[in-house]
Amino acid sequence: MDIQTTDYKRCTVVKTSGRIDGSNAPQLAQTLKAITSKGQSNIIFDMTDVNFVASAGWWVLIDTQKTCKPSGELVLVNIEKGIKDSLNLVGMGSYFRIFDDVTTAVGNF
Amino acid sequence: MPTKRFTCSLQNLEPICDYISDCAKKAGLNDSDTYAVQLAVDEASTNIIEHGYGQECPSRIDITCEIMEDGLKVVIYDDAAPFDPGSVPEPDFNVSLEEVKPRGLGIFLMRKMMDEVHYESSPDKGNTLIMIKRRSN
Repeated sequence: MDIQTTDYKRCTVVKTSGRIDGSNAPQLAQTLKAITSKGQSNIIFDMTDVNFVASAGWWVLIDTQKTCKPSGELVLVNIEKGIKDSLNLVGMGSYFRIFDDVTTAVGNF
Repeated sequence: MPTKRFTCSLQNLEPICDYISDCAKKAGLNDSDTYAVQLAVDEASTNIIEHGYGQECPSRIDITCEIMEDGLKVVIYDDAAPFDPGSVPEPDFNVSLEEVKPRGLGIFLMRKMMDEVHYESSPDKGNTLIMIKRRSN
């Protein structure tokens, strides 16, 4: 799993591609934990190139959101329809703000 | 369609999903329904591999797709210890973020994504999970 992180003045953008499932969710968790443990609690997860998120991935994002709040926030960007549908169908959608593009999300912080 | 056999490894989740995607397309499911079946089968397979339904990996996971008149039936067989999905509590997302407990999302997703989920288990015959998704278009 290739994960890129880009630090901005007030937030960090995390981007990966392909699938997030039980095989690679721990790697994503490790990356996000490294960011929050440095004191950064404003995180943008760019999901433009992500095409699948299993429950293991959602727990990583929920855990990260718990760590970031209330001082900061994890926001999601550009989620594919099927992924967004599954997020909303189980009722987890309310835990995340979703932006259409990274520029708008960065401007939010 | 022929039964595909996968070994007990999380690295097989992607090939499993590729196989399911192929089956879903042959059954005429749209993109949204195809994603739903992929997610349900991924969660079922992850449960079998990670929990081994008793902490021991089964020797195999056999997945059979059956194209139905109105959709797709997926049968997943494993020979690990019996497991009752009904015994897993559903996650509660009507609570504040701090109160969310990390449990049961995989089985919850399977039920939400599919039209029918059936589970049969016996000590000598292993575990069979049958899931059906009907075409929505």
